[in-house]
Amino acid sequence: MKARSMNKLTDLRRFVNRDNNILQLLIITAVIFLLMSALEPNKFLRYYNFESISFIFPELGIVAIAMMLAMLTGGIDLSVIGIANLAGILAGVFFTRLYPAAPEAGAAAELMRVIAGVVLALGVGLLAGTLNGLLIAKVRITPILATLGTGQIFTGLCMVLTGGPAIVGFPAWWGFIGNGKILGIAVPLVLFLVVVVAIAVMLTKTPFGLNLFLIGTNPRAAVFAGLRTERMVLYSYMLSGTLAALAGIVLSGRTNAAKSDYGTSYLLQAVLISVLGGTNPAGGKGTVLGVSIAVIALMLLASGFQMMRFSNHLIDFIWGGFLLLVMVINVLRNRGK
Amino acid sequence: MTSVSKLLRRSETAVLAILIVVMIVIGVINPAFWQADNLFNLLRANVVIGIMALSVLTVMISGGIDVSFPAFAVAAMYLTVIAMNAMGYQGVVLPFIGATVIGLLCGLANAFFIHTFRMIPLIVTLGSASVVRGLLLGLVGTSIINIDRMPPSLIAFGSSTIEIGGSKLSLMIFIYLGIALLMWLFLTRTMAGRAIFAYGDDAESAKRVGFNTRRTVYLVYGLAGALAGFAGLLHASMIWLANPRDFVGYELDVIAAVVLGGASIFGGRGSVFGTILGVFMLTLIKNSLIIMRIDNTWQGVVVGCVIVIATALTAWRDRKALV
Repeated sequence: MKARSMNKLTDLRRFVNRDNNILQLLIITAVIFLLMSALEPNKFLRYYNFESISFIFPELGIVAIAMMLAMLTGGIDLSVIGIANLAGILAGVFFTRLYPAAPEAGAAAELMRVIAGVVLALGVGLLAGTLNGLLIAKVRITPILATLGTGQIFTGLCMVLTGGPAIVGFPAWWGFIGNGKILGIAVPLVLFLVVVVAIAVMLTKTPFGLNLFLIGTNPRAAVFAGLRTERMVLYSYMLSGTLAALAGIVLSGRTNAAKSDYGTSYLLQAVLISVLGGTNPAGGKGTVLGVSIAVIALMLLASGFQMMRFSNHLIDFIWGGFLLLVMVINVLRNRGK
Repeated sequence: MTSVSKLLRRSETAVLAILIVVMIVIGVINPAFWQADNLFNLLRANVVIGIMALSVLTVMISGGIDVSFPAFAVAAMYLTVIAMNAMGYQGVVLPFIGATVIGLLCGLANAFFIHTFRMIPLIVTLGSASVVRGLLLGLVGTSIINIDRMPPSLIAFGSSTIEIGGSKLSLMIFIYLGIALLMWLFLTRTMAGRAIFAYGDDAESAKRVGFNTRRTVYLVYGLAGALAGFAGLLHASMIWLANPRDFVGYELDVIAAVVLGGASIFGGRGSVFGTILGVFMLTLIKNSLIIMRIDNTWQGVVVGCVIVIATALTAWRDRKALV
C-alpha cells in the first residue's frame, strides 16, 4: 500500500516537474520565434523557410533522441555521429561497389535495392550499438570512454572505407528518404514523427522504459530491486545505435553523399539539445517531447541568425552560450524550490 | 620483496611493459624504427600532447573531465601571435606568459560555472569550448598565419635543438619534462596537490576534513587552462604556423593518453609518470603505422581499439579492486 502511494506521489511530482520544464521550453521557443520574426520578418516568416527547416532538423532531432536514451541511464553516447556516418558510408559502398544498379532493372528491383540498403544501414547501427552496450554493461567501461573509443573506431572505419573523399551515387529512392515529400510533408519530418511517437510510447508505456528511468535514478537500488540492469542498458545502447544509423540514412539521403567527417558539429549539438530538453545527464530524467521542442527552438535560432548573415562560427558561439545559460537557469530554478 | 610486488601491481609497470613489447615488435617489423632520427622525432611529437595531457590529468584526478582545452589552446596561440604581429614584438618569454594567462582565464571561467552552479564538467567544457572557438573564428579571424608572417623569435625558439650523435633533438623535450617534474612535485608534495586527490576521491569527505573545495576547483581548472594555453603557443612555434582551426579532435587523443596512463575517470587516481607513458604509447602507435607499412587511414581504427582495450583493462582492474 505504502509503496503504491509513494509511487503515485513521485509520479505526480515528476509530472509537475516535467510540465514546468516543457513550459519553460515552450516559452523559450516562442520568444525565439517572435524575436526572429521581428528582426527578419520578410525572410523568416516565409513558408519556404519553415519547409527547409523541416528537411534539415529531423536528422539532428533523431541523434538528440539517441543521445537522450543513453543519458537516461546516466550514460552518454559520443559515438552517435561515427555510427551515423558509418551507416551512410556502408550503404554507399553497398550501392556503388557491391550491388550497382542494373541498367535494365525495373522500379521494383530498384526499390528492393534501396530497402536492402536501409536494412544494411540499420543493421550496422544495431551492431555498433550492441558493441557499445556490451562494453558498457558487461565489461563495465565508463560510457564516456567506451563510446569515445568506439566512436574513434567507427569514424576510423569510415576513413578506411572511403579513403577520405565523400561517397556519391546513391539511388534515387535513397534520395527520396532525405528530400522527398509524402502528402506535402517532408519525408525526414515524417520519419522524425514516427521515431518520436515510438520512443515516447516505449519510454512511458512499457516496462523497458520504466526500467531505464529507475536504473538512471539509482543504479544500485535497481540492482537490489532485481531489475536486469545489464540487459536494459545493453538494449538502450542498441536502440541508440539504430537511431543514429537512421539519422545517417536521412543525412546521406538529403545530401546524396556520405563522408567520414559529416555532421561532426552534431555531436555537441545533440548533447546540448538533449540537456536543453530537460534530460538529466546524470540519469533518470528526460522526455521525448522536451527534446523535440528543444531541437525546434534551436533550429529556429540558427536559421534566424543565418538570415541575419551571422557567420556559422558565431552560431557555434551562440549554441555554446545557450547551453551554459540554460543550465544556469535550470540550476537557479531548482535552487528556488 | 613487498616493494617488488607493489611495483608489479602498479598500472605504470603494466603500461611500461606493454610499451617495451610494442617497441620491440615495431623494431622487428622495421629496424629503421631504432634510428636516432626516428626516435628523436617521436619524442618531439610527445611535447605538445604531453603538456595537454598533464592538464587533463589534473582535471581527471579531481574527478572531472575537460574537453575544452583544445579550444583554449588554439585561442591562446592565435591571439598571442596576432598580438605579437600587431605590436611587432620579438621575444619569447612575454608571449608565453600571455598565452598562459589567456588559458588561465578561460580555465577559471570553467571553474566558475562548475563550482558556482554545480554543473557537470563535461557539459560545461563542451559549452565553453564551443563559445571560445566560435568567438575566435567568428570575431578574430579564420586565416592561417603562415611561416612568412610568424614572429621569427618564436620560430627560432621552437626549432632550437641540441645535437646528439649526429641527430638533432628538440630542446622542447626538456621544457615538457621540466613541466612534468613540476607537476609531479605539485601533485605529490604540496598540500594543494593532495587536496586535488582528496577532492577527486570524495568531494564531500574532502570538504569535511577541511579542504577548501572552492579553491581546489579553481586551482584545477585554472591550472588546466594555463597549461593548455602554454602548449598551444608552443605548438605554433614548433610547426611554424598558427592555424585558428587547429587541435580539432585533440580532446579524444589526449583523454585517451591519460586513461592509457592509468588515471581513473572517476577521480582520485592518476600519476604524472603514468601519463607520460600513456602519451608516449599513443604517439608511438600513431607515428609508427607508416613505419610498420600500414596505411595511414587505419590510424583512427587502431587508436580507437587501443582506447577500448586499455579502458577495458582498467575496468577489469577496478572491478577486482572492489571485491
